[in-house]
Amino acid sequence: MTVRIDQTRCIGSGQCVLAAPDVFDQSDDDGLGLVVVAEPSAELLPGVRDAVDRCPAQVVTLEE
Amino acid sequence: MTEAAVCPVPHENRTHPLGPPAGFEEAISAGPVRMLWPNRVEAWVVSSYAGVRQVLSDPRFSANKDGQPEMRTEGEQVLGLPEPGNMNVMDGAEHLRLRRPLARAFMVKRLNEMRPRIQEIVDEHLDAMERAGAPADLVSSVCLPVPSLVIAELLGVPPEHQELFQATTREMFGKNGSRAEYEAKAAELGGVLMKVVEEKKASGTTDDLIGLMVNDTDFDMDELLFLAIGLLAAGHETTSNFFGLFTLTLFENPDQLAILKRDPSRADVIVEELMRYTVGRLGGAGLARRATEDVEVDGVTIHAGDWVAVTFHANLDEELCPHAGELDLERRAVSHLGFGFGPHQCLGANLARAELQILLRTLFTRFPDVRPAVPLVEMDFREDMITYGAATIPVVW
Ligand code: HEM
Ligand code: SF4
Repeated sequence: MTVRIDQTRCIGSGQCVLAAPDVFDQSDDDGLGLVVVAEPSAELLPGVRDAVDRCPAQVVTLEE
Repeated sequence: MTEAAVCPVPHENRTHPLGPPAGFEEAISAGPVRMLWPNRVEAWVVSSYAGVRQVLSDPRFSANKDGQPEMRTEGEQVLGLPEPGNMNVMDGAEHLRLRRPLARAFMVKRLNEMRPRIQEIVDEHLDAMERAGAPADLVSSVCLPVPSLVIAELLGVPPEHQELFQATTREMFGKNGSRAEYEAKAAELGGVLMKVVEEKKASGTTDDLIGLMVNDTDFDMDELLFLAIGLLAAGHETTSNFFGLFTLTLFENPDQLAILKRDPSRADVIVEELMRYTVGRLGGAGLARRATEDVEVDGVTIHAGDWVAVTFHANLDEELCPHAGELDLERRAVSHLGFGFGPHQCLGANLARAELQILLRTLFTRFPDVRPAVPLVEMDFREDMITYGAATIPVVW
């Protein structure tokens, strides 16, 4: 299971950070979304799925 | 698909101050329907959760209102929101150029650092309300002043300009003035902001929003001033109206208010549910877009050039969550549409969240017996501002 963010369309909204604070962060340089844990453990997955759903730019993906 | 009948979008005739315009729910119940906006422009009203997400995130729908200024919201028309920095009506790369550099100022961790200061501002205003004694008007004592002070903080307006800044914004956004009055105040506010800009230039700071725009973006002076004023407009009245609407919704639902009082530490999740339910219940035609190609939405073909109005009523769609028509503060946070969706989703959402969480938690912790001093139906609501809200909320405690 791999988490990715397509930064080319990310608007830095931070919804991913709100949904899964242990998996995502925002870059201090530009506020864009960052994946900190690319291969999250099972207990983090509900939060990641929530982030996929909530990302307004629809650029968070989880490859199962 | 046969052409649906064109009926007017019902407006300004709510049968309950927190409910939808009369006839609106019936009109949208059969899927996308063509309606007339109050200004006689015909638009498709899309009301399903999936349909609204699609319209707001598909690049084939444009946010550009050029050539059709009447598709702006009434508030936008009254205010005539400035053009060069109005990201709200821009698409694609042009939109990202203005929006992205601001993301840093609204980062979740930045706003978390601001929370103690927001708490201080909220405490000061509740102290003053308590000292003045009951009954108090929640709108003028808390709802209006808190968001404007918080935005001044975020923008980085220094203390010596605060008084003039507050007075001007209060007069600009606190009441329903004419276009001419608004423009006069905007010019005065522009003067204050110019001074602030010069100071940021001299200090080179990027620690606040104006400093960031001055010292770390390619925005020209017009864009910069208009962005600052636009942010004030967007962040001032929305947050204050919603705090009022949330409080009234809780007064109407004492069993739900009890949930907040029992566990105020859940204010974050509670704000999401209040947002989902409150804007969903108000319904009405919310955000406008225009198709640039033929696009199928909810089984109908929306033709290139057609206007679409998405309604927040989609927040009550069962596809989003079970028993969606009910307020349930024990629900986990769901992906509601109260702040929009897609690239234009509210830039200030995380700031508004922090303010609303702190305001609700503090109000009901400090004043557990706070309650309306007059019945809801006797309160005066304003439909003609940027967003809908109560003009005054008399309370006792
Ligand atoms: C409860 C409070 C608020 C609500 C309900 C709200 C709602 C919204 C909605 C629905 C949109 C999307 C408009 C569209 O798609 O056409 C939006 C956009 C926007 N909001 Fe808010 N807002 C709130 C507070 C704020 C605050 C505090 C700020 C700034 C300090 C702000 C700044 C903006 C800006 C700049 C946009 C345009 C973003 C863009 O076009 O990319 N809002 N807001
Ligand atoms: S939620 Fe999406 S748009 Fe927002 S910061 Fe995360 S990846 Fe970027």
